[in-house]
Amino acid sequence: MDAKEIRKQFPILDQEINGNPLVYLDSAATSQKPIQVIKALDEYYKQDNSNVHRGVHTLGTRATDKYEGAREKVRNFINAESTKQIIFTRGTTTAINTVAYSYARATLQEGDEIVITTLEHHSNIIPWQQAAKATGATLKYIPMQPDGTLSLEDVEQTITENTKIVAMMQVSNVLGTINPVKEVAKIAHKNGAVMLVDGAQAVPHMAVDVQDLDCDFYAFSGHKMCGPTGIGVLYGKKELLEQMEPVEFGGEMIDFVNLYDSTWKELPWKFEGGTPIIAGAIGLGAAIDFLSEIGMETIEAHEHKLVKYAMEQMKKIEGLTIYGPENRAGLVTFNLDTVHPHDAATVLDSQGIAVRAGHHCAQPLMKWLDVTATARASFYLYNTEQEVDQLVTALAKTKEYFGDVF
Amino acid sequence: MSFDNLDTLYRQVIMDHYKNPRNRGALDNDSLTIDMNNPTCGDRIQLHLQIEDGKVEDAKFEGEGCSISLSSASMMTQAIKGKSVDEALSLSKIFSDMMLGENPNEDDIDLGDIEALQGVSKFPARIKCATLAWKAMEKGIDEQK
Repeated sequence: MDAKEIRKQFPILDQEINGNPLVYLDSAATSQKPIQVIKALDEYYKQDNSNVHRGVHTLGTRATDKYEGAREKVRNFINAESTKQIIFTRGTTTAINTVAYSYARATLQEGDEIVITTLEHHSNIIPWQQAAKATGATLKYIPMQPDGTLSLEDVEQTITENTKIVAMMQVSNVLGTINPVKEVAKIAHKNGAVMLVDGAQAVPHMAVDVQDLDCDFYAFSGHKMCGPTGIGVLYGKKELLEQMEPVEFGGEMIDFVNLYDSTWKELPWKFEGGTPIIAGAIGLGAAIDFLSEIGMETIEAHEHKLVKYAMEQMKKIEGLTIYGPENRAGLVTFNLDTVHPHDAATVLDSQGIAVRAGHHCAQPLMKWLDVTATARASFYLYNTEQEVDQLVTALAKTKEYFGDVF
Repeated sequence: MSFDNLDTLYRQVIMDHYKNPRNRGALDNDSLTIDMNNPTCGDRIQLHLQIEDGKVEDAKFEGEGCSISLSSASMMTQAIKGKSVDEALSLSKIFSDMMLGENPNEDDIDLGDIEALQGVSKFPARIKCATLAWKAMEKGIDEQK
C-alpha cells in the first residue's frame, strides 16, 4: 500500500498549518474524507435528493435505492446475515443508547448485572449507569492488567449468571488495546448474557465479521472510517431486535396508525423514526467502497507498521511516557515530561501537527492511569513514516521550547 | 523553526505564575468554595473565596490544568484580593473582553500581570483554559449575592 498515493485522494491533507505542512494525527477523533465520499454527497444532493420510502416519483426511487444500497454495503462489510440487522443511527453513541433504552431498561431487574470495563469511552459507560439506576441493576467493571489489557480469567471471574449484559469496546481509543471480544462473547453467552461491542475504533481499521465474533449487538460510527459525520450503525441479532420496542416514534417507522394505537414497520425501519440520514448513509456507503478497494487487511498492516515505528521512535525521547500495551492498534497516547498535554498540543500545532489532548472521553481510564490528561497521536491509512518522523522532531522541539521557558 | 508566535502565548510572566503559583492552597472552612471544570479537556479548579462586606478578603485556588489555566488562576487570585466585589467583576469583564481580542489598555485600569495573557486571544482553542478561574470567581460571587 502506498500511503503517499492514497493521500492524494484526501484534498484536506494538502494544506499548510501555521506555515508547515499539515500532519493530521487525530483520526481516532474523526478521520478525513476522500474525494470519493465528498463526490458521493455532492452528487446525491445535485442529482438524487428526495425523501425515501414514500415518493412515487423518480427521484424518490433513486434516493431510496441509494439509501438501501448503502445498507447492503454495510451488511456486506461487517458480514451480517441480513440488511434487517443494519440500523442506521446518528453514530455509535445513539446505537449504544438504543440498546440501553430498548433492551436493557426493558429487561433488567434488581439483582441483574451489567458488566463493562474501565477502558470504555463515556458513550459505553453512561448509558449503562443510567440503565442500572433506572432498573436497580448493578454495574460492574472487569479489572484491568497493569498494561491496560484484560485477562480472560478476570472476565470469567466478573461475569456471573446474574450478568445480563456485557458491553465492551473492541479497540481502546486511548491505549489502543485490542480486546478479545470474541472470547468475551463466549463467556457472556455461557452465563446467559448478551454482548454489545463498541466497534467505533475497530471497524475503520480492521476487518470485522459480526457473525464470527458472535456478538449480539455491534455499534460503530461512519465519520471515523472516511464517512460523513452524523451516520452510524447498530447491528443486532434478529431475534433480539425483533423483541425490542422502537426508541423514537413518528414518521417512517410506522405500519398502521390509528387514533389510540399504532403498529411498527418491520426491521430495520422500526428503529429509524423520522426522515432518515439519507445523505449520511450514502456517504458511508462510498466510504465502504473506498476502504474495501484498498482492503481492510492492507490498511491494518499499514497502521501496524506505522504504530510500531512510532513507538520505537517516541521511546527514544527522554521523559516521554507512553500509555498502554506493546501490541496495539494504530495510536499512541503519551505525556511529555511535565509539559501539560494542552501546552504540548499547542506547540505541536504551531508546527502543523494535529494531535488530541485531554481526557479522550474516558475520565475513569484517566483516573486509572493516574493522570488528568494525555496527548494522543492516532494514525490512519493516509499517514506516512515521514509524518511520524515529523512528529518525533516536533516533540523534541516542544520539549526544548518548554525547557527554555520553564 | 521560529516560535515567535508561540512566545506571545507563553510569556515569561505566565510561566513564572505556572511554576510559582500565587495563592495556591485551601482557605478556612468558613470560606466560599467553587468547583469548576472544563469538561472538554479535564482541567479543574477549586476556588476558595472569603468575601466580607462586599470585599474579597482572601482568595486561594487548588486544581490541575495546563500552564494557561493555572497561571490565569494564580493571576486572578492575586488581582482580586482586597478588591471590592464590583471591582472584581469588572476586572472579569475586562478579562473576557481581552480574550475576545479587545485591547484592555483603553480601560485605563492597571491590570498588572494579567495583561500577559492577552496573547491567548490569538489561540481560540486555549481561551477556555484562561477563563476557567474567572468563571469560577463570577459563579462564587453570584452565589454569595
